[in-house]
Amino acid sequence: MALIEFTDKGLFCPAGGFYIDPWKPVDRAVITHAHSDHARWGSKHYLCHPDSKPILQLRLGDNDYQTLDWNESLNINGVNLSFHPAGHIIGSAQARLEYKDEVWVFTGDYKTEDDGVSQPFEPVPCNVFITESTFALPIYKWAAQESIFADMKTWIAENHAAGKASVFIAYSLGKAQRILKPLAETGIPIYAHGAVYNVHQAFVDNGWKLPEVRRVTAETTKEELKGCIVIAPSGAEGSPWIKRFSPYAVGICSGWMQVRGNQRRKNADAGFALSDHADWEGLLAAVNATGAQKVFATHGFQSAFSRYLNEQGIEAAEVKTAYGNDEEETVSEEQNQPAP
Amino acid sequence: MKQFAELIEVLATSTKTTAKLEAIQDYFAVADDTDKIWMIALFTGRRPKRSVNSALLRGWCMELANISPWLFEESYHTVGDLAETIALLLPENDQQHPSEKTLSEYLNILLQLGKKEDDVKKEFVTSAWANMNRNEIFVFNKLMTGGFRIGVSQKMMVNALAKTTGISPSVIAHRIIGNWDPATISFSELMSTEHTDADHSKPYPFYLAYAIENDVADLGDPGHWQAEWKWDGIRGQIIKRNDELFVWSRGEELMTEKFPEYNILQELLPNGIAIDGEIISLAEIPENDAFAPLPFSALQTRIGRKNITKKQLSEAPVGFIAYDLVELDGKDLRGMPMAERREKLATIIGQINQPFLHLSPVINFTDWEELKSIRMQARDKGSEGLMLKRKNSAYQVGRKRGDWWKWKIDPLTIDAVMIYAQKGHGRRSNLYTDYTFAVKDGDKLVSFAKAYSGLTDKEFAQVDSFVKRNSIEKFGPVRTVKPELVFELAFEGIAASNRHKSGVALRFPRISRWRKDKKADEINSLEDLKDMLRAYNNQYSAKPADDKK
Repeated sequence: MALIEFTDKGLFCPAGGFYIDPWKPVDRAVITHAHSDHARWGSKHYLCHPDSKPILQLRLGDNDYQTLDWNESLNINGVNLSFHPAGHIIGSAQARLEYKDEVWVFTGDYKTEDDGVSQPFEPVPCNVFITESTFALPIYKWAAQESIFADMKTWIAENHAAGKASVFIAYSLGKAQRILKPLAETGIPIYAHGAVYNVHQAFVDNGWKLPEVRRVTAETTKEELKGCIVIAPSGAEGSPWIKRFSPYAVGICSGWMQVRGNQRRKNADAGFALSDHADWEGLLAAVNATGAQKVFATHGFQSAFSRYLNEQGIEAAEVKTAYGNDEEETVSEEQNQPAP
Repeated sequence: MKQFAELIEVLATSTKTTAKLEAIQDYFAVADDTDKIWMIALFTGRRPKRSVNSALLRGWCMELANISPWLFEESYHTVGDLAETIALLLPENDQQHPSEKTLSEYLNILLQLGKKEDDVKKEFVTSAWANMNRNEIFVFNKLMTGGFRIGVSQKMMVNALAKTTGISPSVIAHRIIGNWDPATISFSELMSTEHTDADHSKPYPFYLAYAIENDVADLGDPGHWQAEWKWDGIRGQIIKRNDELFVWSRGEELMTEKFPEYNILQELLPNGIAIDGEIISLAEIPENDAFAPLPFSALQTRIGRKNITKKQLSEAPVGFIAYDLVELDGKDLRGMPMAERREKLATIIGQINQPFLHLSPVINFTDWEELKSIRMQARDKGSEGLMLKRKNSAYQVGRKRGDWWKWKIDPLTIDAVMIYAQKGHGRRSNLYTDYTFAVKDGDKLVSFAKAYSGLTDKEFAQVDSFVKRNSIEKFGPVRTVKPELVFELAFEGIAASNRHKSGVALRFPRISRWRKDKKADEINSLEDLKDMLRAYNNQYSAKPADDKK
């Protein structure tokens, strides 16, 4: 019997009787990280890393939450479960399952570059490796974070000189925290959209030290906003909330910006190919580091990636999952309003 | 090259016309004259002849990046642009540029490279790649593979040049049109009147019309307006100067060789003349003044070919419907009122008296209501609607509002289901936006048209997500999709075709709306399409171009 089965509710461990990142409500859900495509509403019991818990509470409300820290393990019906850093966002984990001498790892989402905010990715030796493949084509090769940050700062300086605000479109959980430090280094005030601010505050309330961000309130004057920096999720584009920063330029932070057609489609003034997912080389390095005999590729370019791995002599297959829609964020009307 | 690559980067990413215009002006300010001339050439479609074919470029890239052909193809279909795919796949270059060549230096080498052996080509291209950053590699590849479709219109180019040189835009537009070779002409020669005078093949910039935006009645007194049928061929200018005949298309292509029917005009036309009109396939009708246009598909058999066979000449004879006279006796008539130009044109066409050459007929009407009902006959005439021209209008430069309007008839429509999808190019890369549609034929579905346009970005994203969730099979880049989404397609015409399984070919098919209210079994049938074919098309097609079976 396979340690993890691919079912229509999600990844299921029959021996342990639990699901990992299920996309339908189940009794026991193990959550790799708090992005909405991996952590869904309606399950009876959630197990996650302590750093994911405040965000799950924020997004899914009160539930039966249990946490498991790095270097701990939990025996569930004879299956030993442990979390290992995935480097994707704060609290993001790979799930390692051990049962009768066999080890399976599901990566959730991950990146191999240390972003300075999330716990850096750790390769975990295993027999079977279930990996994401969001950017599994050789055209995706990320520049070093420092050089992208330098480009972002240059762009801010140009906008600032022209009296324009710099609006960064970034996912409110993950990318928004990652870019804060370099943005704060410019000394220009940073305003956060409601969706970004809520996540930010949840981390701060739980002891994370992050640079200061401001909220727009009814008292905020036009003068204060002139030439500032803004962080907003993609759902806020074109909203009245954004228009108050006029004149402004929009820069999108996403791995998809690697291809210029995507940038043109989004009609952005600038695109920064900054991704929280592993690039082609990162994925290959991760697969090799596990020493796995069998690889399953999910959500992304899974068919190309598994075909390539097979050609390299690593047995691989593709699996369809419901993950991978975290790029477009829906934003509530309320979050598009100024803070009270 | 660095400056040019930076210019392309700004043009490709900028969303505002003013920013693009400034970027071009900045480039003109810093680039040397030989680079300027090449830049103008590239942006006006004068790309150097392809010297390195794309199969070679692919091969060298795969070798350097150490990837297999299928993975290259997979990458290409995601990026949607060959030049960019190669730029993204090549290994990163650490070293800085030891031998920086200018844009014109690279182009001059490329011009010579076509005749060389493959290993010489390889040496030049791969060493160029090794000394460039990713963006420069992309631009360099574009020089070899294709045009620069980066949202710079001819108009923008003309305006930037006008600002730089202080010459008026309409004069610039005339100077950069026609036959000139970026390898031999200098920037100052191109901008001078001597060049314009010296090039006796030069056409005039075409005056183009916008679609009418309000009720025709708002145009005022019908007596001030001339109405003509709008014909669906290729807009062109026939020019004779210095005893030589030139035929130009609106796309600024010299097409003299393609239409031997016009050869006799070299004898019959006076020197110093330019006639504007429509190059169009016409069925031969014995009566003198009458003519019957064939569908555009007939004309298509005549263009894009090097040699024209006797069979093509007889199956798709080409005529010319004259609209306007822009030059006579070597004098530019563009400032003269249209009614006066038309009188002179009528005289000349009458004198020449050739069966393939017609004066565009004027439609008599007394009020706008009458014209509205006449317009309804357009499809029966093989026309796509009406042209309205103010009688005292000058022949202007480019697309202008006010004096000339096109008033097309409503398109034909049909409801169809999507059955195949493929990823798009450019700004639609990695998104399923190219669709094939089918109508029903009994229990089966038969594909009959492809369409790429007509949906909003949001709708494309929804369809893309449907395709990703509902694809059945994969054939290379094409996915077969569960036949579920119904769309209304609009098109301008329909012709018989044995190249398509359905037996019909549509003119300008596009998606007019997403019929979310319809299910796949409520679409139109092949019989409906054939009814349209019979009703609208074949009345003049005595010899349909491809009905040979």
